[in-house]
Amino acid sequence: MNGAALPRLEARDVSMRFGGVVALEDVSLAARAGEVTCLLGDNGAGKSTLIKILVGVHAPTRGACLLDGEPVRFRSPMEALSRGIATVYQDLAMVPLMSVWRNFFLGAEPTSGRGPLRRIDVERCREETRAELAAMGIELRDPDQVVGSLSGGERQAVAIARALHFGARVLILDEPTAALGVRQSERVLQHVRTAADRGVAVIFVTHTPHHAHPVGDHFVVLRRGRVVADEPREALPVEELAALMAGE
Amino acid sequence: MSRRAAGIFTRPEVAAAVGAVLIWVLLAGAAGPAFRSMAGTASYLNAAAPLGILAVGVALLMIGGEFDLSVGSIVGVSGMSVMLLTTEPAWSVWPAIAATVVICLLIGFLNGLTVVRTQLPSFIVTLATLFILRGLTIAAARGFTRRTQLGGLDDVAGYEFARVVFGSAPVAGLRVSIAWWLGCAAVATWVLLRTPWGNWILAVGGQPEAARNVGVRVARVKVGLFMTSALCACLVGIIQAVRFTGADALRGQLQEFYAIIAVVIGGTLLTGGYGTVIGAVFGALIFGMVRQGIVMAGIDADWFQVFLGGMLLLAVFVNRYVLVRAQRAS
Ligand SMILES: Nc1ncnc2c1ncn2[C@@H]1O[C@H](COP(=O)(O)OP(=O)(O)O)[C@@H](O)[C@H]1O
Ligand SMILES: [Mg+2]
Repeated sequence: MNGAALPRLEARDVSMRFGGVVALEDVSLAARAGEVTCLLGDNGAGKSTLIKILVGVHAPTRGACLLDGEPVRFRSPMEALSRGIATVYQDLAMVPLMSVWRNFFLGAEPTSGRGPLRRIDVERCREETRAELAAMGIELRDPDQVVGSLSGGERQAVAIARALHFGARVLILDEPTAALGVRQSERVLQHVRTAADRGVAVIFVTHTPHHAHPVGDHFVVLRRGRVVADEPREALPVEELAALMAGE
Repeated sequence: MSRRAAGIFTRPEVAAAVGAVLIWVLLAGAAGPAFRSMAGTASYLNAAAPLGILAVGVALLMIGGEFDLSVGSIVGVSGMSVMLLTTEPAWSVWPAIAATVVICLLIGFLNGLTVVRTQLPSFIVTLATLFILRGLTIAAARGFTRRTQLGGLDDVAGYEFARVVFGSAPVAGLRVSIAWWLGCAAVATWVLLRTPWGNWILAVGGQPEAARNVGVRVARVKVGLFMTSALCACLVGIIQAVRFTGADALRGQLQEFYAIIAVVIGGTLLTGGYGTVIGAVFGALIFGMVRQGIVMAGIDADWFQVFLGGMLLLAVFVNRYVLVRAQRAS
């Protein structure tokens, strides 16, 4: 979209060693506002490791992360979150036995009243949950239904909607479609696109080129910890992307 | 309206409420007027109250995904602490109660800290505390007084007012402990369902990683819950010390199991993340009704434990069924 703009979140020449294992070697990735940056690679390529470095789970052995061009070193995913970098984890995004609205506002509950009478503004939670999900094309039967009764795709949608609602500037999704069927995956891909169209810098991790290609603006392909391709969509037809993934 | 009505059957406490009504009907039939009378009603409510208070704290803790097997021992600590502080340093009743509350909160804090720091199952940690605290209570009582049963609290300054607050039976044989029970349950229910802390408790018990990922301070919530269950146990110890004007180092034994049973009968999952305090109120009520009712019905009291174990098993099956329904749809 706007390739010349300053990347919002960037990893620059990052290397990571776990003991003797080289997980990443001189990897760079730039996520721009309004774009879906796809991070591809086979299992063990180092995708999750790169994500964890970006959000402060690991400190890189070498290299740096930059937020809006400024070097940053987050000490925890919480610190990254407080700077607007939201991560949606594959299975650990939601509490299955809690209602949708409780999940949606978990950790950031809007309250009314003061002192010991401070309480969750439940009506507001229900309304806003319903509205935010409707904006993503999901009609909730009841915000009080438990998340466990939603489909896998709907759960991802709730997690994405939550990140957007709380003003995420960067949204990182680690294999959100890995456990989903074809139709559910398509829905989630739409949500990924929606997030970028709202101006968020999205990093979409996947090992399926056919999921990445329709929604991606930019592709970074990792193989055994090294970048083997870093191309905009125009330069990389889906066949070529698949071939790169297969190691050809 | 119909959506709400359908949702009712997936509420965790509904089975316990229905069970309480059924058991009341059964016992009212078997035990006759003695059970239905005001005196009979007072006797099972009075029996349910101390357990009910314990169950409030244990319910919150179990919803938060942890166990506390030390609450029975904390009841013993609490009563003995009040007695020793009013005899050894010869404090009056209220300072002794205040110091006892601090001691119990500290015990809960240490329970919680040990669990979150070591990552050991709370079942094991608090099983250890169960024995450590019981042993310390007996040793302290013997060490200071050469006895394990102490009396004479009614001779201590401040007792009269303490009796009004903790030990009286103001109306129709109903003890003030019933008001404490329902008051604790009301506050806990409000916290659980209407405050951010309640949201965090549910999340911490249901999926701690997900809670952590969105910034919930899991360790802090858990330590707070252990302090709450210790505080409830403390209150029971104080109520009993005041009411019986003394303490027994063995007071509260087995209560930790009864409390867990009441909570499970109330629909709370053993695995955490799902349950209510109101359910635990019904669980304790069932416990009190059965305990007093079978005696009034002329059944040997030995059968009580058989009933209790049977109800526990039944409750676990019902809970599993309710859970499956709740997950399927609302
Ligand atoms: N905490 C860790 N300790 C040791 N090795 C690790 C750790 N995390 C990842 N690795 C290794 O780093 C490599 C990349 O893993 P990962 O980033 O999870 O790959 P991907 O997400 O692309 O499947 C693998 O060889 C993996 O075994
Ligand atoms: Mg991975």
